[in-house]
Amino acid sequence: MGERSLTFAQAINEAMHLAMEKDPEVLCYGLGVDDPKRIFGTTKGLQEAFGEERVFDMPTSENGMLGIGIGAALNDMKPVMVHQRLDFFLLAMDQLVNAAAKWFYMFGGQRSVPITIRLMLGRGWGQGPTHSQNLQAWFAHIPGLKVVMPATAADAKGLLLASIFDPNPVVFLEHRWLHHQEGNVPAGWQDDVLGKAKVLRTGTDITLVAISYQVVEALRAAEVLQSVGISAEVIDLRTVQPIDWATIEASIAKTGRVLALDTGALTCSVSAEIVARSAEKQFSLLKTAPARIAMPDFPEPTSYGLTKSFHPDARNIVTQACKMCCVTEIEKALNSLTVPEHHDVPGEWFKGPF
Amino acid sequence: MKNSSPETQESAVTFENMNGAYKLSVLKSMLRIRMVEEEIAKRYPQGKMRCPTHLSVGQECVPAVIGTLLSESDLAVSTHRAHAHYLAKGGDLKAMLAEIYGKQSGCCKGRGGSMHLIDEKVGFKGSTAIVGNTIPIGVGLALSQKLRGKNDITVVFLGDGAIEEGVFYEAANFAVVKKLPVLFVCENNLYSVYSPLKVRQPQGRKICDIASTIGLHSQEGDGNIVAETHRVLTTAIDVCRQGQSATFVELHTYRWREHCGPHYDNDIGYRSEAEFLAWKERDPIELYKTQLYKAKILDAEKLQVMIRQLETEIQDAFQFAETSPYPPSEQAYSPVFAQGVNINIAEVANG
Repeated sequence: MGERSLTFAQAINEAMHLAMEKDPEVLCYGLGVDDPKRIFGTTKGLQEAFGEERVFDMPTSENGMLGIGIGAALNDMKPVMVHQRLDFFLLAMDQLVNAAAKWFYMFGGQRSVPITIRLMLGRGWGQGPTHSQNLQAWFAHIPGLKVVMPATAADAKGLLLASIFDPNPVVFLEHRWLHHQEGNVPAGWQDDVLGKAKVLRTGTDITLVAISYQVVEALRAAEVLQSVGISAEVIDLRTVQPIDWATIEASIAKTGRVLALDTGALTCSVSAEIVARSAEKQFSLLKTAPARIAMPDFPEPTSYGLTKSFHPDARNIVTQACKMCCVTEIEKALNSLTVPEHHDVPGEWFKGPF
Repeated sequence: MKNSSPETQESAVTFENMNGAYKLSVLKSMLRIRMVEEEIAKRYPQGKMRCPTHLSVGQECVPAVIGTLLSESDLAVSTHRAHAHYLAKGGDLKAMLAEIYGKQSGCCKGRGGSMHLIDEKVGFKGSTAIVGNTIPIGVGLALSQKLRGKNDITVVFLGDGAIEEGVFYEAANFAVVKKLPVLFVCENNLYSVYSPLKVRQPQGRKICDIASTIGLHSQEGDGNIVAETHRVLTTAIDVCRQGQSATFVELHTYRWREHCGPHYDNDIGYRSEAEFLAWKERDPIELYKTQLYKAKILDAEKLQVMIRQLETEIQDAFQFAETSPYPPSEQAYSPVFAQGVNINIAEVANG
């Protein structure tokens, strides 16, 4: 199996092709899956390869169409539903929470709902209050849902395959700022498991537990922290339900410091759970109070001006980590961080519109 | 009249030329539902059935008739008021009662209660408690049936209140777009909890006409008259099974007892005793018995035999439910996730 460089979006597309080729009961549907843009390229070629019965556009009916996917799943189909914006999917909460999440437990464990729901979330370019919400904590709060947040192209492929063939409902969250990121992706089938984190960088002084796009910021920060003598361990959580506590706890046992990084609003966030758990279970091992960096408890405003310092990034991580490690050379560290010209795009190539 | 039934060919099999044994089987199914529900009502005050329970007394005709027209490979989903639908589809009586009693031998091992019934063996795929919740799920089951190229259909039971839920329009629209083999059976019993239809929907607008406008093959009928219910449902099932159209039937009926619980509640002020008595005059079981007596299909002795058989079955089932053990309390923490991989991954690894 050779490795090639693919974007995150291409990796998703490859996983969809592999899954649909492997199993005729995998379906793919959502508003725009067969339109000219093909959900940022992630559904490219699927309808041509697998036909209009298995790959179909849908009415603008988020709740009803999720229920329809659940019904198909209850009869052994494996639907993959796609939404270009998580925010629209909020109309489907009844079906997600009262049906998909409950079915297996509520009916005595006799029938599960093998559906995968791909939701895109993001930030920047004026997405504003209702096009940018990172609500992973909502989903993770519901017993019976698995919640997956890949950060790398290889994980996007492996975790999507694992999600589709998991017998349970999976909310698969793709950050728009990751779609363009390139990485090595093994060709062919890829076995992966849900509920397992990855240590992307080993370190001894502080544990950075990151999800989704914050993994990118964490890795940038770790590099700079090295220059001021802080050895940071970076954990990519990959799934936020279930959480791989063993990996987190082993890392904290080694470093004695934990900083949790979230793309969602601070209060009741996934990062809050990590901080709470480390305080409960590993209090005596901690050298300093556990901390977290997340979004402010405000809707994301639209204006370029208003969002200038709205999203915490590597600078915030570096500053906080230095404080936790009692390192005073914060300015030096920050000076060696490259700051992008525009704060509201994942790269200068991004010209909108969404 | 927008209803498309007049243009549809009547089924060759009319109720009138069904044989006596069939007609008696419909009566037995109705009686069985009535007697189970009345026994629940009688025993409920003992405090052993400790969950919200919605009885179908007065509404036995529609489920009993449709139960005789479906095969086991046809699927059904239902609502909070699901006892009758579950039983008519062939659901296990003992497992239902044990579930209402919260017992290990219940159809959900005590995790669902009266509002969550399931019997996969007979195609009863589940009832849930949120109004409208199973409507799209039933349409999704029908989608899977169509994709598989099977001749089976899915029945979605719903009430007049569910017509007010947005998800009905979403699901019905998709069923029409894809011509799915789904039959929506709307039992219009005039009340959503205590709220009468007239404050919820404009007077003079018919539910079956809304369905017709969406594009569903739609009919209405008297849901307390067996022959009429049979005619409407037979037509709908034929249209559905032949893949001509997704179908809808509105059948008018009436809930005798309170929305939730074992009692009569005509004294609390949301509906009148007179209205109830008028509907009771139209008791679907009494109307049908009279018809069968006249046709000399039924006599007092046959009825007694039938009732005795049902009594024995029902008493046995209650005995089973009452004597079954509760699940051990640790079972509250049973897995919320199914285990394993939902594909033959070994084949992938080897290939």
